[in-house]
Amino acid sequence: MEIIKLQQIKKYYDMGGAEEVHALRGIDVNIGQNEYVAIMGPSGSGKSTLMNIIGCLDTPTTGLYEFNKVNVSDMNDDQLAKIRNKEIGFVFQTFNLLARSNALHNVELPLIYAGINKSERRRLAMQALEQVGLADRVMHKPNELSGGQRQRVAIARALVTSPSIILADEPTGNLDTKTGDEIMMLFEEIHKQGNTIILVTHEEYIAEHAKRIIRLRDGLIEVDERVKHRKLMNGE
Amino acid sequence: MNFLFEIKEGLRIAFFAIRANKLRSVLTTLGIVIGIVSVTMMATAIEGVDRKFQESASAFGANVLYVQKFPWVGHEDWSVYRNRRDIPLKVAEDIEQHATLVEAVAANVITVRPTQFEERNMKNAFITGTTYQYIYASGTNVSDGRFLSQEESNGGRPVCVIGANVVENLFPNQDPIGKFVKVGSLPYQIIGVLAKQGGLFGIFTSDNRVYIPIKSFTNQFGSKRDVTINIAAKKGADIEDVKEELRGIIRKSRGLKPSDADDFYINEQEMLVTTFSGFTAVIAAVGFFITGLSLFVGGIGIMNIMFVSVTERTKEIGIRKAIGAKRRTILIQFLIESSIICLLGGLLGLIISYPLSLLADKILPTAMPLSIVGIAIIISLVVGVVSGFLPAYRASRLNPVDALRYE
Repeated sequence: MEIIKLQQIKKYYDMGGAEEVHALRGIDVNIGQNEYVAIMGPSGSGKSTLMNIIGCLDTPTTGLYEFNKVNVSDMNDDQLAKIRNKEIGFVFQTFNLLARSNALHNVELPLIYAGINKSERRRLAMQALEQVGLADRVMHKPNELSGGQRQRVAIARALVTSPSIILADEPTGNLDTKTGDEIMMLFEEIHKQGNTIILVTHEEYIAEHAKRIIRLRDGLIEVDERVKHRKLMNGE
Repeated sequence: MNFLFEIKEGLRIAFFAIRANKLRSVLTTLGIVIGIVSVTMMATAIEGVDRKFQESASAFGANVLYVQKFPWVGHEDWSVYRNRRDIPLKVAEDIEQHATLVEAVAANVITVRPTQFEERNMKNAFITGTTYQYIYASGTNVSDGRFLSQEESNGGRPVCVIGANVVENLFPNQDPIGKFVKVGSLPYQIIGVLAKQGGLFGIFTSDNRVYIPIKSFTNQFGSKRDVTINIAAKKGADIEDVKEELRGIIRKSRGLKPSDADDFYINEQEMLVTTFSGFTAVIAAVGFFITGLSLFVGGIGIMNIMFVSVTERTKEIGIRKAIGAKRRTILIQFLIESSIICLLGGLLGLIISYPLSLLADKILPTAMPLSIVGIAIIISLVVGVVSGFLPAYRASRLNPVDALRYE
């Protein structure tokens, strides 16, 4: 089943005067249930813009974007907020946790905005934190956690609403290689559990974790390919 | 996400933010604290002046009319009233004889004479000659002994009833009842003491007075005097009807032709109350305007700091929006924060004003009106919402992509 359907998505930025920057110049992509897709491309290729549009943080200038068969290209701010809340789990390069709140509250936050009551919230958040292996760190604040642990909190926050897609933007960019690998293993597990993952990265070896790679260049899709089953690294 | 959730989460975030910036929050709050203190102290002062006045006005007695040459609240040039004929005792007698809506009639005359007891002397006592009915046609009350009796009053006996200040001056350490005071050159025996009235500016009060029978008064000080006639209306009688009846009787007694204007005035407590209320309303309006300005300045301080707070937390706003906070949610969050800062300021202001009002009570008997507590809280909430709105609105409109990128 298709979750994401992009048709001729274009995004222009008005830079003042007659000048326009064409960040996306016509993207057609379909992403189905339980896919694991990496979006790659050099800086300026439009991958951030595409991620923002897929993540409903931004809307395309023209083109059609259907999310679970619903047209979201013309939705207003609050409608998009609802989609982001219920259907999309974000994982950012810089974690983007609330610094003053502990892990548990950070994970609960999307559920608060979804209007779920306190006991259910707590149960789901604990479950998500357990899933990422942080059951013993729930009361710690982000500055009391290591980088890898912070990213796990962020992943738990992304998972807690059982969204249709997990959207990860350079999730290992701020981590050392070993920790980064651990995080990628976690994504693999999450994928195996049936989740759909979209990964934005410029690192080839990170992208290779995915089953499909979409390469962008100058606002257009250059390559959209299945990844052949690769040998696991680390001599496994 | 429902409204209650938003409020609850907003409160949580607000307390976090205020705790995280303690010094800043305290300094910001200071503006509101000062505003609320000045508003409540203003209200307390007005309450004090009001109470003082109510107390003084009650000395006149409700439902008591005063027939005099002068109106208490003058509309014309003073000379117009001064040139009127004196009101003689005869008018009081005519009223007593003919009026049907009247409970008590007490003519009274006043002069200032020194009053002595042994070595003690009171130079400016108001000697008042009146009748036994005076106690029913005034706001005075006997605290000890009794008032003049009918026999004493008609017979012109040398007895007197004295006000509270007279007691304080002449009898600091002893019971005055039964003692003799010298009024002018003649001795009068004290038969009663009046309750203290206080009274505004010490003028309209029985405290400085020595009441003697009117007959004794005219014998001692002469009978050609302008008389004030106190009249108590019958219970349940319409005061306007009573005044109309009195007018008729007095006009006849003074031989006025139908074309002549009244050359007397029927005063009542209500006139003073009305005039005074207008006066306090002006003070209140000016006072609240000035103190309101300080609140306004405090509100600007809040707005300023909320703008800073929004800018500082742009990234946080971005995160919240990315994971599903709607515009309204963000708006409410910041409104709650500014409201709480103001509310804390308001409460702190009240906590500071309360002992100040007790202090003020020593100078001018007053109390912080309970209503001002509610009003102060509402005002601080309104200031919070109004001054927080613009920053909160700006926060709610932030584009999540830009906000997330903000460092």
